[in-house]
Amino acid sequence: MQPPSEMVHWLFGMGLLWLGLLKLAEAIVGREVWERRPWRAYLWPGLAFGLGILMWPVMTFFTNSAIHMVAHGAWAQALMAMGAAELGLAKGKLKSRWWRLATPIGIAVSGAAFLVHEQNGWFFARSAFLHHLVGWTLLGAALFPLALVFRPRSIVLKAAFAVSVIALSVMLFSDRDLAPVFGHLSPLAGPPHR
Amino acid sequence: MSTQLVRELPAVRPYAGTRARAISLLGPLTVAAGVIWAIVQPYRLTLLHPHGQGFWWLAIEPPLLVVFAGIVFAVFVARPLVADLEADAAA
Repeated sequence: MQPPSEMVHWLFGMGLLWLGLLKLAEAIVGREVWERRPWRAYLWPGLAFGLGILMWPVMTFFTNSAIHMVAHGAWAQALMAMGAAELGLAKGKLKSRWWRLATPIGIAVSGAAFLVHEQNGWFFARSAFLHHLVGWTLLGAALFPLALVFRPRSIVLKAAFAVSVIALSVMLFSDRDLAPVFGHLSPLAGPPHR
Repeated sequence: MSTQLVRELPAVRPYAGTRARAISLLGPLTVAAGVIWAIVQPYRLTLLHPHGQGFWWLAIEPPLLVVFAGIVFAVFVARPLVADLEADAAA
């Protein structure tokens, strides 16, 4: 009854699409309007925290290897810590701006987890290519929230972060368990399916 | 001027602001992306050829996930956000 792993990527892709749309909307309207309704301030941190929680069943059921389990576990913790710190900031319980570092750290850990648990080369199969691409994109995207710690009102940085999250969701939606990438598919990967 | 018969129109019309227009477009654009994906790759919608498919292949349809994300954003986030932008502009 376990879904194929590509479907897990698609479901997380939908979650990231929501995150990206929320961040883009916040960048467009500005923080003052965005926080006019208190519940809106909790949307993005709550969703990030929820994605962290959902990473635990992924760790539990998709245990292809020990490194998969460790990567997914570290990733779940990083996402939950990121979401929790942002929830604390939204609620006002956390005051220091340094708590905002939880977001770039969480995203960088996510990128590292993607890179670490993909043990094949870029052109082994499409899923391997996308794991490398998503990993490096996450590491690059972590620079935007890092810069936002020091320039919290920058619309360009907020929009760039939102667009990078939406791009990541497109990458996750492109994932297939067994499909070629740019015509390359290792014979070791097995026969492709749609 | 404001009488029982004539009243001034607010200076800012609904959806007049560029930001409000951008916000109200995000959801429909996302839905359109999902629909275009479904048209370009109809085999991604296993509901169109359900014979012999298992539960997950029938439950998880990636283009529909994109459409769903766009609809949820448009209804639950964009709509109240545009209302707030209009209230902000009218104030």
